Amino acid sequence: MALNSLEMNDWETVIGLEVHAELATKTKMFSSALNSFGGEPNCNTDPVSLGLPGSLPVLNEKAVELAIRVGLALNCEVQKSVFARKNYFYPDMPKAYQISQFDLPINKEGWLELPDGRRIGIERAHLEEDTGKITHVGGGGRIHEASYSLIDYNRSGVPLIEIVGAPDLRGPDDAREYVSELRSILVAIGASDGKMEEGSLRVDCNVSVRRSETEELGTRCEIKNINSLRSLGRAIEYEAKRQIEIIESGQEIEQQTRHWDEAEGRTHKLRSKEEAFDYRYFPEPDLVPVEPSEEWVKEIADSLPSLPRDRRHLLAEAIEVEPSETSLIVQRDLDTFALQAISFNADKNRVLVHLENNLADGIGELTPEAFASLTVMEMNGELTATQAKTVLADLVELGGDPQEVAKSHGFESMDNSELEEVVDRIISENSDDWLSFINGDETERKKKSGFFVGLIMKETSGQADGKIVNQILSAKAKN
Amino acid sequence: MVQRISREEVAHVARLAQLALSEDELDAFTSQLAAVLDHAADLEALNVDDVEPSTHPFPLKNVLRIDDPGEVFAIEEVIEVAPEVEEGQFRVPRILGES
Amino acid sequence: MKATEIVEKVSSGEVSARSIAENYIETINESESDVNAFNLVTAEQALMDADEIDSKIASGETLGPLAGVPISIKDNLCTRGVETTCSSKILEGWKPPYNATVIEKLKEAGAIIIGKTNLDEFAMGSSTENSAFGPTRNPHNLELVPGGSSGGSAAAVAAGFSPLALGSDTGGSIRQPAALCGVVGVKPTYGRVSRYGLVAFASSLDQVGPFANTVSDAALTLEVISGHDPRDSTSIPEKPLEISGFLNQGIEGMRIGVIEELSGKGLEGISPDVSSKVEEAIKVFSNAGATVESASVPASIYGLSAYYVIAPAEASSNLARYDGIRFGPRVEASTTAETMTATRTKGFGDEVKRRIMLGTYALSAGYYDAYYGKSQRVRTLIMNDFAKAYEKFDILISPTAPTTAFPLGDKTADPMQMYLQDVCTIPSNLAGHPAMSVPFGFGEDGMPIGIQILAPAMAEREMFQAAKVLESESGNGIE
Repeated sequence: MALNSLEMNDWETVIGLEVHAELATKTKMFSSALNSFGGEPNCNTDPVSLGLPGSLPVLNEKAVELAIRVGLALNCEVQKSVFARKNYFYPDMPKAYQISQFDLPINKEGWLELPDGRRIGIERAHLEEDTGKITHVGGGGRIHEASYSLIDYNRSGVPLIEIVGAPDLRGPDDAREYVSELRSILVAIGASDGKMEEGSLRVDCNVSVRRSETEELGTRCEIKNINSLRSLGRAIEYEAKRQIEIIESGQEIEQQTRHWDEAEGRTHKLRSKEEAFDYRYFPEPDLVPVEPSEEWVKEIADSLPSLPRDRRHLLAEAIEVEPSETSLIVQRDLDTFALQAISFNADKNRVLVHLENNLADGIGELTPEAFASLTVMEMNGELTATQAKTVLADLVELGGDPQEVAKSHGFESMDNSELEEVVDRIISENSDDWLSFINGDETERKKKSGFFVGLIMKETSGQADGKIVNQILSAKAKN
Repeated sequence: MVQRISREEVAHVARLAQLALSEDELDAFTSQLAAVLDHAADLEALNVDDVEPSTHPFPLKNVLRIDDPGEVFAIEEVIEVAPEVEEGQFRVPRILGES
Repeated sequence: MKATEIVEKVSSGEVSARSIAENYIETINESESDVNAFNLVTAEQALMDADEIDSKIASGETLGPLAGVPISIKDNLCTRGVETTCSSKILEGWKPPYNATVIEKLKEAGAIIIGKTNLDEFAMGSSTENSAFGPTRNPHNLELVPGGSSGGSAAAVAAGFSPLALGSDTGGSIRQPAALCGVVGVKPTYGRVSRYGLVAFASSLDQVGPFANTVSDAALTLEVISGHDPRDSTSIPEKPLEISGFLNQGIEGMRIGVIEELSGKGLEGISPDVSSKVEEAIKVFSNAGATVESASVPASIYGLSAYYVIAPAEASSNLARYDGIRFGPRVEASTTAETMTATRTKGFGDEVKRRIMLGTYALSAGYYDAYYGKSQRVRTLIMNDFAKAYEKFDILISPTAPTTAFPLGDKTADPMQMYLQDVCTIPSNLAGHPAMSVPFGFGEDGMPIGIQILAPAMAEREMFQAAKVLESESGNGIE
């Protein structure tokens, strides 16, 4: 595309996401057929999920409970809700209407906090049923070239929660962060397995653009068929550029529904607003209102595990950093471990550093006590950072006590007189560099400091404590 | 008198309902539907703005089912009498457009 | 023979269930070709079921309350493995994979299903002329209609094809044909009888109910089919009705209101014959110790208008599933959408198409509030007015139908004229209240006339007590 990044900077992309998540129930939303992935086609069906004449829906209590869990986790108001029929013909929809919620969703008006602390509005999170699955046969599986199609209704009637976010996101990164945060929440509260690749989490994306520092929202387009976080980002980038180009060429954006084509890396028009379906929503007469009692909602609230946001905040408070700095640890599910280590008087800063950098693959056999004493040894100068890393790796693999592991590696800190001898020798062997260390400007000084520390560490096979080496160097420079 | 529903509107709802009408049928249905809507015009004079709508005759709420799997359903009985089936799936001709 | 007598004779071993069944089958064989009450006579299965009852008797097993009683079933109730067509080409050949709840209950009670009866296609009509399989004729005069939509069931009982039948009543479809055929027909409180397996016409109005020659037979049948069903969310959580033991308690002191707006005084189109029968009924009730006064349900005059918005609206959605994809015959075309349209266009008759389009229009963007929304509010008005009337009265009465049976073809050209047949019966459906038609003599044309008895929700027992009094003075059903 013709636009360069400089021109893009004049524009702001505004994004609102509609996320559909399959709820982790045993049975379907409105019947006792199994809610399970895979299996023979149509094996998990019954008169209700096939929409056979005379069949009637009966609401799954667990689906309601999970929907309320989602609502509470997203800080929504849980309210009296009514189901409605959304009428349109499509072969994957056995009744030719989808049971959804329209003017009275079970959850309304909440928010989700991104790891950086920004709150993204949640307009509503309502219950609805999933459709069947269509396989196109012939023509490489593409809809327009297929010679015919096959329908499997195993997915028909699986409970979904549709989470409608406010247009508060400002770019592909925001959108990805939002979805991954939402996914963590859904998984944490046991509402959904959150698997995008299996389709249990699906994202529709509303994108509009506006000139920077303007308030009014532009005309939006809805993008469907986004199957991964990566395509979410790509689709938004593509769509924003497309819209900016249209506006810059003096034309107007037409409100459309568009389809993301992953292979071609572009969106295609599906239909315009004028062609939009007339869904003829009306209250579902086969179902009665759902009015969760205060006690039930409270019971559910009390049973919620702590959420990623709370965990970030809790850990941040314990370590005394910003919550955004703890998001990686929470994502890796190591926050409880960190808090335990801190309760054993671990050094907070070293906890953060190790968990972020050195424990990406998990803690293995490492216990919080051992971890705590390792950081204490580091702070006491008994171990250098490099040695600590080695010990840590052993502890992860084999467990044990850091004192003993350090000993077995022969990691005993050098006494300072021994170290000073090494420092003096290195200085005398590199006198030119020493002079520029003493007389150089800030940059030069930093550069040379690194140079000397490196040499000294090499000379001592890493046994020297970097901090002490620095202290000695500065002291000698002043003399 | 202007009819309460036009020929075009009848054609539009027929499309929404996936029904095909001949020209003659379109004429006939238009005047018949207009007659019913004319009769329903007596509702227009009623002011019911402060009356709540009733969707159910009997006020029940929270009718819920325990999340337990039921008996396995005999899908064969459905497949046996289905219009067209291939490998246990319902077969349909080409689909144009997407939902 | 009365159903109660059959049960007695079969249970005592005086008569075999088989011979009872054979007798009715013989009557069917004699005159079914004139009446056309059935879409399907299941004689063979009926005899097998009768034999099973007989062998149960032989082995001393306990029998159900309808042991050995043949019953005809309206062909919009699902019968497992037995064709269920709704008298529509679109369901021709369809064999449901499950039984309606009422069918299960009947079988459990020992009733013998003898056939599936004709109806106006999808229960839309008041004469049983809108059937894809030809009209049913009134057994009292074959040139006349039996009423509808449950005309086949009413005619089956009137013609002596079975002592009992089930129908469904959405706007009068049990009561009006019962009146026109001179039999008892009952629409219970909405939610009394499970709708599971009743092919939906208008879900918030539909209710299954019995036809019988006598009030006590109707009571017995209603007891069997009533009661909570967890498969129907709108089913009232109450035990099955107990009426039979209270039938003969009389109506001493009962306060009976005659609905002005639905009787000769307030309503055009009520024939003088019918009006004079209402006057006679008033005398019967007064003589039996009830106080009878004029009652007013002002909003009931809007019933017809509200009904012809609400019922088609729900129907347009309920009938969307008939698309030729999963069941029923398919008219194959080159695309799926064309196949759906071709199947629906060929499969539905004109009246069904009319109502689908009317309902689609009433729900469509821009018209919802003016039609559907308004009608639902009018529905509330009608409920409120009934509630007011029931502060002063225990039960209400009116004619069931404005006239006696009319000739075939008389009203088919003018849908509005046909719709007016239901003017007296519709208000009970909108309010969800029980109502029944009791045969009460004949008009000058020699055709039966029915009196409608209406009661507040759940007050079937009082309604039946009044019906019993009327019956004993009518020359019908004498014990």
